[in-house]
Amino acid sequence: MTISGKAYIAGAFEHPTRHAPDKTVAQLHAEVALGALQDAGLTRQDVDGYFCSGDAPGPGPASMAEYMNLKLRHADYTEVGGASYALLVGHAAEAIAAGKCDVALITLAGRPRSEGMATGTAPRPRDPNQPEAPWEASYAITTANGYAMCAMRHMHQYGTTGAQLAWVKVAASHHAQHNPHAMLPEVVTVEEVLASPMIADPLHRLDCCVISDGGGALVVVRPEIAKTLKRPPVKIIGTGEAVKHLTAGTFDLTTSAAARSGPIAFAEAGITPADIKYASIYDSFTITVIIQIEDLGFCAKGAGGKFVADGNLISGTGKLPFNTDGGGLCNNHPANRGSMTKVIEAVRQLRGEAHPAVQVKNCDLALAHGTGFQLATRHGAATVIMERE
Amino acid sequence: MARKLTPPVVTAESKAFFEAARSGRFVIPFCTACGKAHWYPRAICPFCASDAVEWRPASGNGTIYTFSVMRRVKEPYAIAHVTLAEGPTMLTNLVDCDFDTLRIGQAVAVVFQETEGGAPVPMFKPV
Repeated sequence: MTISGKAYIAGAFEHPTRHAPDKTVAQLHAEVALGALQDAGLTRQDVDGYFCSGDAPGPGPASMAEYMNLKLRHADYTEVGGASYALLVGHAAEAIAAGKCDVALITLAGRPRSEGMATGTAPRPRDPNQPEAPWEASYAITTANGYAMCAMRHMHQYGTTGAQLAWVKVAASHHAQHNPHAMLPEVVTVEEVLASPMIADPLHRLDCCVISDGGGALVVVRPEIAKTLKRPPVKIIGTGEAVKHLTAGTFDLTTSAAARSGPIAFAEAGITPADIKYASIYDSFTITVIIQIEDLGFCAKGAGGKFVADGNLISGTGKLPFNTDGGGLCNNHPANRGSMTKVIEAVRQLRGEAHPAVQVKNCDLALAHGTGFQLATRHGAATVIMERE
Repeated sequence: MARKLTPPVVTAESKAFFEAARSGRFVIPFCTACGKAHWYPRAICPFCASDAVEWRPASGNGTIYTFSVMRRVKEPYAIAHVTLAEGPTMLTNLVDCDFDTLRIGQAVAVVFQETEGGAPVPMFKPV
């Protein structure tokens, strides 16, 4: 069974807040849900499928379904960290194609900024039953130094430079200047990235994404419903998901699970990376973008540093316009999870509703990709390919 | 050593390793069915699914596969993956060294480090 053409993204909403000290996480989930439904021209009563992940408070989808008082035929709670929302777009399309629901709501929200979470520089608590816990907990692996190890190896193996990493941030900042909601709207230079404080060698502060409160939501519907709605239809034509781990101690940290999720999604969509007009690429760190761009097939493995340099990711001048909202590096990284905002900006591009300064001309095919958890140990990935009708 | 280390979780699958560690012995899991060592240690071989896994003394020698010095903390430390002479690559820390001279491919040897009220854990220092 293919999901190609079986479901459409009808609603998309990114919460404008980046700092929400006076709201609860559940409240933010509900606000983004209502925002996406309003965008679609649907109501809460139309929702019969609910999809969420580890940021949703409560056991599985039940607490948030109760809070929003949803009446559901289908629910899905899948935890793949920041990749979850791109992955849930695929699951929503599958559920719709299988007749399990008609209107699927996907939500993300969180408040790491208000809660003072040391998102990247402190080890995250882990379940002692995780089988790797005895072998890792003493070493203080964090989000930042884990991704930094991948960058260090990529530099060693392929000659990637700090300046090439910096170009990813520079491109994101060129886009963020046009986003009134962006946390970091100032344009930065390669020199400024390299002069920012070292967090974990070789990643500087400006190689790291922002920590923000907020959230986002998507509404995925079957084609018959999409046809009745007023918003420009965004057809889901390919999805892929994958998990990569340390393979019992035999691994290459310069490759991510995108090397498997990408080809699966492209095969289902029946297109190639060269057909993509716009790409939302998860940018937890600058190195994340380079590795995923290679793995998704936009350039050869090891050539990502050269590919992203000299503004090649900047809309209007580069070959692969990416993260035109400013991405996680400059705009928003709600709940420390990036793939929701990745899908939302791809939807804006396909609708022709991105900021005019960054809107890609004739944007008919777009990709959104997310990576979740730890690139230096075990992670998940999800790719979504969408088409404007 | 100033940095306080979180003690390892001792489980049914990790107990023998940390008992050996307490007496300064570095052992790794070896599958007698397929002849391969693996990491992290499991009771069931991740390569061939046999349960004929036994602990064998390891040389403690390895090379740095990759590393990163965490700078934005009170006490900087070096996280690393080290490839053991016996084959598998393991997550660890690099200690007893000038962080600024570390490089990928460098030879290192195991050195056990005390943890806060728990068993010592294997870390590595340049040789």
